Amino acid sequence: MIVAEQKPFEEIKTKIANANKVLVVGCGTCVTVCFAGGEKEVGILASSLRMASKVDGKEKQIDEVTVQRQCEWEYLDTLKDKIGEYDLVLSLGCGIGVQAIAEHFPDARVIPGLNTAFLGLPLEQGVWAERCAACGNCILDLTGGICPIARCSKSLLNGPCGGSDEGKCEISGKDRTVECAWDLIVKKLMARGELDKLLEIQPAKNWQTSHDGGPRRISREDLMLAKE
Amino acid sequence: MAEGTNGYKSGSTLEKILRAGKFAATAELGPPKNADAEVIRKKAVHLKGVADGVNITDNQTAIVRMSSIAAAALSAQNGVEPIMQMTCRDRNRLAMQADMLGAYALGIRNLLCLSGDHQQFGNHQMAKNVFDLDSMTLVRMVKDLRDGNKFQCGEEIKGVNPRFFIGAAENPFADPFDYRPYRLAKKAQAGADFIQTQLIYNVPKFREFMKRVVDLGVHEKVYILAGVGPIKTAGAAKYMRDQVPGMDVPDEIVARMEAAGKGIEDKKAKAEVAREEGIKICVELIQQMREIPGVAGVHIMAIEWEEAVRPILERAGLLPRPVV
Repeated sequence: MIVAEQKPFEEIKTKIANANKVLVVGCGTCVTVCFAGGEKEVGILASSLRMASKVDGKEKQIDEVTVQRQCEWEYLDTLKDKIGEYDLVLSLGCGIGVQAIAEHFPDARVIPGLNTAFLGLPLEQGVWAERCAACGNCILDLTGGICPIARCSKSLLNGPCGGSDEGKCEISGKDRTVECAWDLIVKKLMARGELDKLLEIQPAKNWQTSHDGGPRRISREDLMLAKE
Repeated sequence: MAEGTNGYKSGSTLEKILRAGKFAATAELGPPKNADAEVIRKKAVHLKGVADGVNITDNQTAIVRMSSIAAAALSAQNGVEPIMQMTCRDRNRLAMQADMLGAYALGIRNLLCLSGDHQQFGNHQMAKNVFDLDSMTLVRMVKDLRDGNKFQCGEEIKGVNPRFFIGAAENPFADPFDYRPYRLAKKAQAGADFIQTQLIYNVPKFREFMKRVVDLGVHEKVYILAGVGPIKTAGAAKYMRDQVPGMDVPDEIVARMEAAGKGIEDKKAKAEVAREEGIKICVELIQQMREIPGVAGVHIMAIEWEEAVRPILERAGLLPRPVV
């Protein structure tokens, strides 16, 4: 899932300073599940912004709405009739949601209320970690299901480097939270008797399928509607 | 294999020494954090004629310093044969190959291929990561430039191709410990000609590592140079033991450094005695390395203490360097 967190309140407050009517838009999918931009978070933020504006002497009109998925036009269509009334749209969707609103409603002024962080999963309640770099060429079968691009700080394909220390990455510092992906991969494959996989030299990565090759697009002819 | 001078791959002094079966000695020169060529000249004075090749580090610990290609060229001008280091942290495959063409044109003949310390360690933490390649694919690329006469993209090189003596590093004490000899074998397979290890203070553990390396036959495919280094102070010894990941410094060594100069009041004299002990330990380590099967030489890392290299090699009986 996409994992995001809310921008600091002061930053958001500053960004809406010149607006009098603001629509806060939440999303019911990824950012709900990571408690950053769902209906509940929209309610709390909108209420905090209202109160803050009251304290500052000029109460703003801060309205709330949450759509099922901010990245799809059909759900955004539900905003069509009211979005024109607002000076500013504060999106609590991920970066995709913010842009979808901006693209679907070109006259609207849309700003982000979240920092979209990474593609990852919840390790335990309240803790999420990065797992996928969307590199466009998945090799998880070669590494025991552990991604060296996303989970290795240097995206090595023939790791580990010399900085692997007791299962932690050299950048881990005092809190020791960053695991060495290659320590995990090597130990897993060796335990399975798959040392031969590790001894094969993985060739230099083709980064064209990653963002390095330019903004990406997929067109599925089998799914596209026939042209009129 | 491509034709070098007289059948050598690169013709570098280090290659000739190792091929002749002599025990090699390499050292290190750290470029300055400024644009002053004079710093290189001053450091070169201590290292001239003392080692078979001298590593020129590449933004070591991700701190910006004079580039290794420039510092290597300046070292060569000042009579010190460089081993140019290149990391994967700051350059993509285009910049790397361009630097290699330039380095060879400038007369540089040894290249050490490293992953590189993450920029989190250094003074520009906000920088973008590169890591287009890793040390393994970098070694392979340098080998293909030399022996395959082609760029990484497969295109043939027309005219002079860069022919380096290819080095790589291995940390025998890094985790996972069991996998390290295999990774060394992998680097040999990728095309490494020589390996320099990280600093070794725990000799029994290194012997264990080398035994496995020899069992795998890797010592016959790459020349392995054991990393040694003089410790300046007891504080430095403790720092290495406690704060540096992947470093194994036995308590006896820390104890020796702490004992050195005990009872001497004068700070200067005390420091001198500590440095003397640090050099003594280094000499002993070199003597022990010479006894370990599979070790083809030593790599002396005297960080910001280049003056120590000559006395260390002298006392270890490795001077004058053989002429091949």
